[in-house]
Amino acid sequence: MRIGMGQQRITRAECAHVAALARLELTDEELDRFTGQLDELLDHVAEVEALDLEALPPTMHALPIANLLRPDTPGEVLDRDEVLAQAPFAEDGQFRVPPVLGEAP
Amino acid sequence: MSDEAQTIPGLGAPADTEWETVVGLEVHAELATATKLFSASPNRFGGEPNTHIDPVSLGLPGSLPVLNEKAVELAIRVGLALNCRIQPSVFARKNYFYPDMPKDFQISQYDQPINVDGWLELPSGKRVGIERAHLEEDTGKTVHIGGGGRIHEAGYSLVDYNRAGVPLIEIVGHPELRSAEEARQYVSELRSILVAVGASDGKMEEGSLRVDCNVSVRPVGSDRLGTRCEIKNVNSLRSLGRAVEYEARRQIDLLTSGQPVEQQTRHWNEDDGRTHALRSKEEDYDYRYFPEPDLLPLDPSTEWVEQIRHALPSLPRDRRLGLAEAAPSVDIDHIALAVERSMDDLALAAISGGGAAERVMTHIVQNLADGSGELAPESLADLVGMEEAGDLTATQAKKVLAVLVEGGGSPQDAAQTLGFEAMGIGELESLVDNLIAEHSDEWSRYCDGDNKLTGFFVGQVMKATKGRADGKAVTQLLNSRRG
Repeated sequence: MRIGMGQQRITRAECAHVAALARLELTDEELDRFTGQLDELLDHVAEVEALDLEALPPTMHALPIANLLRPDTPGEVLDRDEVLAQAPFAEDGQFRVPPVLGEAP
Repeated sequence: MSDEAQTIPGLGAPADTEWETVVGLEVHAELATATKLFSASPNRFGGEPNTHIDPVSLGLPGSLPVLNEKAVELAIRVGLALNCRIQPSVFARKNYFYPDMPKDFQISQYDQPINVDGWLELPSGKRVGIERAHLEEDTGKTVHIGGGGRIHEAGYSLVDYNRAGVPLIEIVGHPELRSAEEARQYVSELRSILVAVGASDGKMEEGSLRVDCNVSVRPVGSDRLGTRCEIKNVNSLRSLGRAVEYEARRQIDLLTSGQPVEQQTRHWNEDDGRTHALRSKEEDYDYRYFPEPDLLPLDPSTEWVEQIRHALPSLPRDRRLGLAEAAPSVDIDHIALAVERSMDDLALAAISGGGAAERVMTHIVQNLADGSGELAPESLADLVGMEEAGDLTATQAKKVLAVLVEGGGSPQDAAQTLGFEAMGIGELESLVDNLIAEHSDEWSRYCDGDNKLTGFFVGQVMKATKGRADGKAVTQLLNSRRG
């Protein structure tokens, strides 16, 4: 069922949550603007959703091909010193990063 | 006061029989490919940090993933071995910020995994449902430096991306396990299957097999699932059993003292034997999955899948059935253990080479826990034959076996080298007759029915022969002399 245009589909709080997940720091003004823009996007999605697409398979990819595979043959690796020289900080052949708190999600 | 004491956690909780433990496991196994899942740098354990790296595993701009055919084949092997349906699948991005994934997302399969709806059979015959077994890439490794090594006081972290992009299969089981022991059996069986089909080396100690356990408890008879906790950092079968037992106990103690179980991720600490809260459900991550635009859908042809199916080796379950048929009087746990140690071929060959099944299996279960080394099946059969003939005692056979495991050769030669010359029945008879003459008092009491004296005479024979005699043969001889 289609919800009428103009009805808000995303709240400012939801927009702030999405921004936080993407580690984006937004000003109040930006948050207002992006909430509006995301709302318009969702309006557009709702138009597609309103169509009867029961018989159509979902489009997973723009290209109509599948199974692009490569043989399991080792290739070249990068030179460690060259790579680490481009990192902000390195130590003992490793990338040095700010302290990681807790366990990987 | 005494009534209240009944509800103090851990002291007077109701009997365990009133509670049922429910366990569901997620197992990650690194696939035994030569290269990574989406790039050509080597998939190899260890090595100098950051030497197995390429633009894709570092997530460098402009790099594009290309799927490894071998990883797909191994995933299909696992799916088939777990009785799954192999279906068209799609890769997705699982987004999160953590330095172990340099591109800030992990490529995994989400709503359309390659393998679904399978089952695994435990040695007991119980079937455990498999929800899915999907492909994904492994992450890099971080080490915490400074602050005495404690995570929360760490000064900084170091990252090694050798493991980033290594192919993983994640096998998600239904919560159908009912005890720590069943959980242990499930992982043990799964590991045997993964090793048997060549998908993984199954080494928990090197992290190539990792287990996350979801544990909850409920009153016996209830068909509703309790609130669960997910336990991480379980690095061996032993820790798995301990962690499940501890966690179930913790939850039962909470519930019996009137407190709720909070849905949490908890960390198993091997040193103190406890689980510790890592994060609660409220802090759960929102991964914002979406289809990976840089990869095409995967849709293995029926011909390919069938080809893989026909090339599958014999699975642990079939091997157990085969060995049980050859050794019908042997306990199923011992059969399972022999298969788990990959010694069923040795056992079958020794049995078909004439070795008595029960003695062959006794050696395999009790004396070959550290592997069979240089031991040839025909030597095991011969050794068992010598025991049956009374040429070797059980203790001597064990020593001979150790020699054969170490350096191969025949049991006859090994027995001779060890000085275990076969004791002829004639020699034994004259020895026993001499002893009877020397100890006539004891002998007449024995003849009057004092069977305790059997031990006395056997002991005398052993002393005189320095343990070379077969105790059973001596007992038989004493009995026949008594008339």
